[in-house]
Amino acid sequence: MVDSSALFEYLLRLGDNALILGHRLSEWCGHSPALEEDLALSNVALDLIGQTQLWLNLAGEVEGRGRNADNLAYLRDARDFRNVLLVEQPNGDFAATMARQFLFDAWHYLLLRELTGSKDARIAEIAAKGLKEVTYHLERSRDWVLRLGDGTEESHRRMQAAIDDLWMYTGELFESDEVDQAMVREGLGPDFATLHEPWLGLVRATAEEATLTLPQPGWAQRGGKRGLHSEHLGYILADLQFLQRAYPNATW
Amino acid sequence: MADSLTQSDLDQVKAWLGEVPDPEVPAVSVMDLGIVRDVRWDDDELVVSITPTYSGCPATSVIALDIEAALRAKGLDRLRVERRLSPPWTTDWISPEGRRKLEAYGIAPPAESVGDTPSPFDRFLRKPLVITCPRCKSENTDRVSEFGSTPCKAQYRCRDCLEPFDYFKCI
Repeated sequence: MVDSSALFEYLLRLGDNALILGHRLSEWCGHSPALEEDLALSNVALDLIGQTQLWLNLAGEVEGRGRNADNLAYLRDARDFRNVLLVEQPNGDFAATMARQFLFDAWHYLLLRELTGSKDARIAEIAAKGLKEVTYHLERSRDWVLRLGDGTEESHRRMQAAIDDLWMYTGELFESDEVDQAMVREGLGPDFATLHEPWLGLVRATAEEATLTLPQPGWAQRGGKRGLHSEHLGYILADLQFLQRAYPNATW
Repeated sequence: MADSLTQSDLDQVKAWLGEVPDPEVPAVSVMDLGIVRDVRWDDDELVVSITPTYSGCPATSVIALDIEAALRAKGLDRLRVERRLSPPWTTDWISPEGRRKLEAYGIAPPAESVGDTPSPFDRFLRKPLVITCPRCKSENTDRVSEFGSTPCKAQYRCRDCLEPFDYFKCI
């Protein structure tokens, strides 16, 4: 039987990844380069926020202190957030947003696919639901990496710069700590290290087709899973949580 | 009224639900889309199980309200609508009638069964699906964006009649 505090922690990580990336994408709403992209980014954001509700409601249930997805999203401070650093990185230009999305989607797809076999039926069913959505996210973000990478000189330069800048945040995706190891032991989740090879295979094949060069493996920036974030998260939360902080318990 | 209803009345309930339109795509009912997964009696309480099309679909709570309102209007006062996540909704559950209604409304129905849908890794390598224009039936169409006015749809355009249209994606 897995320790419920470890399971709570694990579910927070799943939920926070979806929440913070969903919020980042929603920042594009009304600012995208084309109407179609505005709709697409908002739709991906919506899928991720929907998945957030499922993961964080389950986290609250496991914790057993009466917190639900709303309390967890709106009333925790930065140090209590468990998302990986990649998803909190700024939107930058459209290439940076799509590069971040692609690097995350490829990992998210592989992770959810493993989680559909989780011994915890609640995790398996949320993963099965999310996997269908993330399959489309990945197809789309990969298309954009190809189009911009193998596009004009300017689009290539921007996509290459985005991949170079974000690369150091990808190492954290494949690390396991004691929480992840507890999940592996109980058959609840995969060993993240096993996702690395298929992820790299997909990313490398896509980069080649897109005429992009992947950076050499190097130093990985880490800490998000343990609550140690970049300076960007605080600004995200200031925006995301403003209403509940200013008007506690406001509903509409 | 609920007391006098029996198992056979569930068919009547389903017929009533067949008149509840989907809030986003009003041409089809919640029955046509396969969102209603089960209708049953729990003692004298009617239980309607629904499943969301997409995790974040804002229509899901509206659908629950619409179902409740429609059945209350028919005199059923002991009822509850419950949400079911598993198995996840698939476009394979859209009825043949629903597919016809979608097309007549100008939305191309899903072009393949999800059972045949390859994983994205294989999908990248194959030719894109041929999506038929719901207006002029031409197969000479282009995908404009993987996402349309709602997460469940993609945007296409027809290169023959030049009209843009929505395609209901396979999921």
